[in-house]
Amino acid sequence: MTEETDTQGYLDMDLLRFTTAGSVDDGKSTLIGRLLYDSKNLFEDQLEAVEESSRQRGDENVNLALLTDGLKAEREQGITIDVAYRYFATPKRKFIIADTPGHIQYTRNMVTGASTANLAIILVDARHGVIEQTCRHAFIADLLRIRHVVVAVNKMDLVDHSEEAFDKIVSQFKEFASRLDNIVDMTFIPISALNGDNVVDPSENMPWYEGTTLLYHLETVYIGSDQNHVEARFPVQWVIRPHSEKYHDFRGYGGRVAGGVFKPGDAITVQPSGFTSKIKSIESMDGPLEEAYAPLSTTITLEDEIDISRGDMIVKANNPPHKGQEIEAMICWFSDSKNLVGRSKFILRHTTKEVKAVVQEVRYKININTLHKVEDDLEFKLNDIGRIKLRTSGPLFYDSYKKNRVTGSFILIDEQSNETVAAGMIL
Amino acid sequence: MNSYRVTHLKQLESEAIYILRETAAQFEKPGLLFSGGKDSIVMAHLARKAFWPARLPFPLLHVDTGHNFPETIEFRDRYVKEINADLTVALVQDSIDQGKAIEEKGIHASRNKLQTVTLLDAIEDCGFDACLGGGRRDEEKARAKERFFSHRDDFGQWDPKNQRPELWNIFNGRKHHGEHFRIFPLSNWTEMDVWQYLKLEDIELPNLYFAHDREVVRRSGTLLAVSDVVQPQADETTETLQVRFRTIGDMTCTGAVESDADTIDKVIQEVATARQTERGTRSDDKRSETAMEDRKREGYF
Repeated sequence: MTEETDTQGYLDMDLLRFTTAGSVDDGKSTLIGRLLYDSKNLFEDQLEAVEESSRQRGDENVNLALLTDGLKAEREQGITIDVAYRYFATPKRKFIIADTPGHIQYTRNMVTGASTANLAIILVDARHGVIEQTCRHAFIADLLRIRHVVVAVNKMDLVDHSEEAFDKIVSQFKEFASRLDNIVDMTFIPISALNGDNVVDPSENMPWYEGTTLLYHLETVYIGSDQNHVEARFPVQWVIRPHSEKYHDFRGYGGRVAGGVFKPGDAITVQPSGFTSKIKSIESMDGPLEEAYAPLSTTITLEDEIDISRGDMIVKANNPPHKGQEIEAMICWFSDSKNLVGRSKFILRHTTKEVKAVVQEVRYKININTLHKVEDDLEFKLNDIGRIKLRTSGPLFYDSYKKNRVTGSFILIDEQSNETVAAGMIL
Repeated sequence: MNSYRVTHLKQLESEAIYILRETAAQFEKPGLLFSGGKDSIVMAHLARKAFWPARLPFPLLHVDTGHNFPETIEFRDRYVKEINADLTVALVQDSIDQGKAIEEKGIHASRNKLQTVTLLDAIEDCGFDACLGGGRRDEEKARAKERFFSHRDDFGQWDPKNQRPELWNIFNGRKHHGEHFRIFPLSNWTEMDVWQYLKLEDIELPNLYFAHDREVVRRSGTLLAVSDVVQPQADETTETLQVRFRTIGDMTCTGAVESDADTIDKVIQEVATARQTERGTRSDDKRSETAMEDRKREGYF
């Protein structure tokens, strides 16, 4: 943040959510610390606290990892337990970083962090090149449909800032990524997080690099087309009936637009009833609106009085979602106390709807290091990813996850423990 | 540029409204923690937007330590009346009188920690199964690991190592009898976002947030307002300075900062160039490196 900030400018920023992925010792924490520090988003008392902790622990340098590792156990063991969210802003954008740790619950955490991200930074150690873990990170980013990936080749200082070393990693990564199809935009940046080369300021050590710095890229990458503005979807969250004198007959449907654009006058269908009507108005406390689109929370009223409740979905009449009780999906298994096998039963939560679900078939698991299908061991344990077929107790109205991240995703909940045990992406 | 651009504030607002509506839908009896501070004012404002033109479908709950600034209490009562909401006030003094909480001693005594007892009792008395709070992940390092839907066991405790993963915008509020949830719709907001939103929405605040002259005493590097509960010790002197408060908690532990920011634009400028976090003025967080985590585990906000 610069001194000459004007307050109007702040009201006109947009938001980029990204994850950072890297193996242990790839310098991920150092990179985040560098981004915050060089963009002047670190506070003095935060830095002092980290310096003090580093000294107490006997660390030689200021340990920037302590900025993100907030819990007592993490500091004691020098590990990151959970997804940590960090925030920073430049005059152009606000950023939310989901920092995911690289150890045992790794896949679970990265999937969680990736589910809301527009962009993933994958760190590669310039000395080691593309390794198994790099491929795993790229695979998860692709599975969760992150459109924008930045491959940050770190520790360039340790390979003499060599262009050849960088080029080799670029081609290694591209070769692997040719097997992935959701990533539409790949950017490669040679950096040194430790020294700050190409993170916020351009590097003087790598004149051969003609691209932008990491921060500039984060500030300018175009994410406007990431939302689905075609298929109109409005899962009803809450029915608003004031029963007051002034709004005696008011019946509004509260929800967050999951896709497309809704306008007064639009012909709509309500799922599952199939009733049709027209949008009468789009309401807000500040007055009626001309339109509502993803991802805005809003309130819709209809011309006709029809019975609609939470879990129903308002869609454009000419563009319905899929409807069915048999769902093919990729899932990631999150539980370390229970495993998933055929015939397992769960509660399935999809948009604002909850149904029961039973696993009809386990198709395969994926070895996420080789991307090979595993068909001989079909029991899902913590971090396992694979494809299953579910049957639900009632119909779901859904799109493929590829088309819509909101109407194409679900979670599975264990009925006994109430824990969230899996994340699912509908095929 | 396409016309469907959504600014960061609009995204944060939509996310918070979505979570407020999920809370109303997934729980039997939620309550909204309201202190009269800026974050809880933003929360109440968002809740009004979420359910407009209906009234808030849940009551407000204030855990009052008895050490609040009189300006805060005056604002609270006026605001609650204005938005036509129900307010329950739970008094820490009652917990002390009932022998459930013991007052700290010495000049650094604060009722901050005692609030947990009163809060947990109030949650039980009111029968709340979910409490909406204005906590933000940028406030403190333990809060950075907090979920939107944060599960509490039947003792009200938080287990940070065993939290439910939260993906997309699907929130799992299922619980066993006796357990409850703390819900934080402002998780992704920063101090700056809150101020920008207050400006954008033209929301009124207690005047403590803006620069004014006040008699203060300097104690352990913190400027405390002189009041019934903060009196200068023999070796301390008071001075009158132009100050404002970045957070509003108890008079015993909320430090003022010297400032001439008497309008919201000036405050935003000040926040933009601040070199200390907003809780840097809170002595309750400085008691140990993990002070916040320790309090949260026990059931603090």
